[in-house]
Amino acid sequence: MSSPIVDLVPPEMIARYEPVIGLEVHVQLATATKIFCGCPTSFGAPPNANVCPVCLGLPGALPVLSREAVELAMKAAMALHCEIPPVSRFARKNYFYPDLPKGYQISQYDEPLAVRGWVEISLEGAARRIGITRVHMEDDAGKSIHDGFKDSDRYSYVDLNRCGTPLIEIVTEPDMRSSDEAYAFLTELKQVMQFVEISQCDMEKGQLRCDANVSVRPKGAEQFGTKAEVKNLNSFRFLKMALDYEIARQVGVLESGGRVVQETRLYNPDTGETVGMRSKEHAHDYRYFPEPDLVPLRISEEWRARVRAEMPELPAEKRRRFIESHGLREYDAQVLTATRTLSDYYEKAAAAAGDAKAAANWVMGDLMGALKAEGKEIAESPVSAGALGELVALIGKGEISGKLAKEIFAKMFSTGEAPAVIIEREGLRQISDTAALEKIIDGVIAANPKQVEQFRGGKATVLGFFVGQVMKATRGQANPAAVNELLRKKLG
Amino acid sequence: MKISEEEVRYVADLANLKLTGSEVARMRAELDEILAHMDRLKELDTSGVEPMAQVLYEAGETATLRPDCERPPLGQQTALANAPQAGSGHFKVPKVIER
Repeated sequence: MSSPIVDLVPPEMIARYEPVIGLEVHVQLATATKIFCGCPTSFGAPPNANVCPVCLGLPGALPVLSREAVELAMKAAMALHCEIPPVSRFARKNYFYPDLPKGYQISQYDEPLAVRGWVEISLEGAARRIGITRVHMEDDAGKSIHDGFKDSDRYSYVDLNRCGTPLIEIVTEPDMRSSDEAYAFLTELKQVMQFVEISQCDMEKGQLRCDANVSVRPKGAEQFGTKAEVKNLNSFRFLKMALDYEIARQVGVLESGGRVVQETRLYNPDTGETVGMRSKEHAHDYRYFPEPDLVPLRISEEWRARVRAEMPELPAEKRRRFIESHGLREYDAQVLTATRTLSDYYEKAAAAAGDAKAAANWVMGDLMGALKAEGKEIAESPVSAGALGELVALIGKGEISGKLAKEIFAKMFSTGEAPAVIIEREGLRQISDTAALEKIIDGVIAANPKQVEQFRGGKATVLGFFVGQVMKATRGQANPAAVNELLRKKLG
Repeated sequence: MKISEEEVRYVADLANLKLTGSEVARMRAELDEILAHMDRLKELDTSGVEPMAQVLYEAGETATLRPDCERPPLGQQTALANAPQAGSGHFKVPKVIER
């Protein structure tokens, strides 16, 4: 969908400007309980069921920080190559809204959990680092529902289950120069968060939310233009569309002699437009002050080392290793590191196969194809990584042909059995035994005198016909290399 | 004068407080005294002292962090028991549009 303004601002006009984009990304930490109380974070509970005096903000209730939330936030910081100072502090961000029962959000302000990191993105083959300004921890607000009830014209409905859900906010430097770069950044960020198992990042459940600061400046200009903050970019598609709209809008404003106003704009996915939010001018005066109910968060060297030891290899590191030591192509390395489950599966299969490249082809080809056909995830694969690796190893050892392996794979996929079991039961072992093959080949030669004559008359392509006949006679079990060799000897 | 009536009204507005004219005057005078006292405290040299916003300070990690273990929540009925208005399992508040 493209909106009127975007159509009005010609691309060559937009091309004279350089967009400057910074993102603020909220990621829900995958803890079982809330950040400051023991209420479950499970999604889909009846409204207002998963609440307690702490997350309801009842007088006298005191927050106690979750160790797991801190460790997940530390892992996020480490995955983003940030520094984690020995002390960080919680602060109250004060504002009034019905889904914020405490009247303030517990966040971090001038002493965040982590600072100064980066994420590497790769766009059209070129790698670029996007700076991370800070990562801080905070609690989530509840949910306001403005529509859908019979008296929604007079009332808003509030569900406080989400109150107190642990979040980290990741703030980037204004380092992105196009909506594509922003898209690539968010993609990489999501992948890293999922890989390290910091968050499931399910955008539909609000586990990954994104706001963008956008400005434009004439190409070559040093100074940043005035920025607008665009909110509600809650899918990858919306992120790109909203940024493209906002960039075009700002260029249009400047080109018509106007100036961009610093404001918060809401993206409306139905119209594809961003709309300025009417807000009180001092709505941003949050009167932060140190949270008196929580002690400063002190992270010792030992604690940091312990958490670092639990860090898995990051997707970018894995990709590099797959390319350098497994000899995979970049595209394949990318596909196989899409998720932690997939890369773990692949590594197990490759180890069992003893041939990393062949294992990669099987995982990306037959396995992913079969899974896709049945709408299954890799975690639900009926073929274990070990079994697939075993199958690949059998081909490598020449015990089964590639063609036969495909049939065996199909059986493995439907029964979940190991390849050896299927081969044994169905007598599918490849026939490499020369004496046995010779007998079959002799029969084929005797039955096809015309083709024999053609071959001897110089028509080399007829060899393929003989190979086919032998394969047919052996139900595909003959070792093709051995068949070729024997045929040449006997026909030649 | 440390604080103006205009500032008092601004802060009151942020705090969702509605003050009458005489209350604004009284608050201004009281806040003025408090701020004057703060100025006196500022005379102390605290350059080598870490700011202290919390009384419990030198506590070990285990004393100030909790394990990720679920505790039974209140449940919807209890949670809504004191709600001025409730419906369909939700708190009901006068219509709000903007944040």
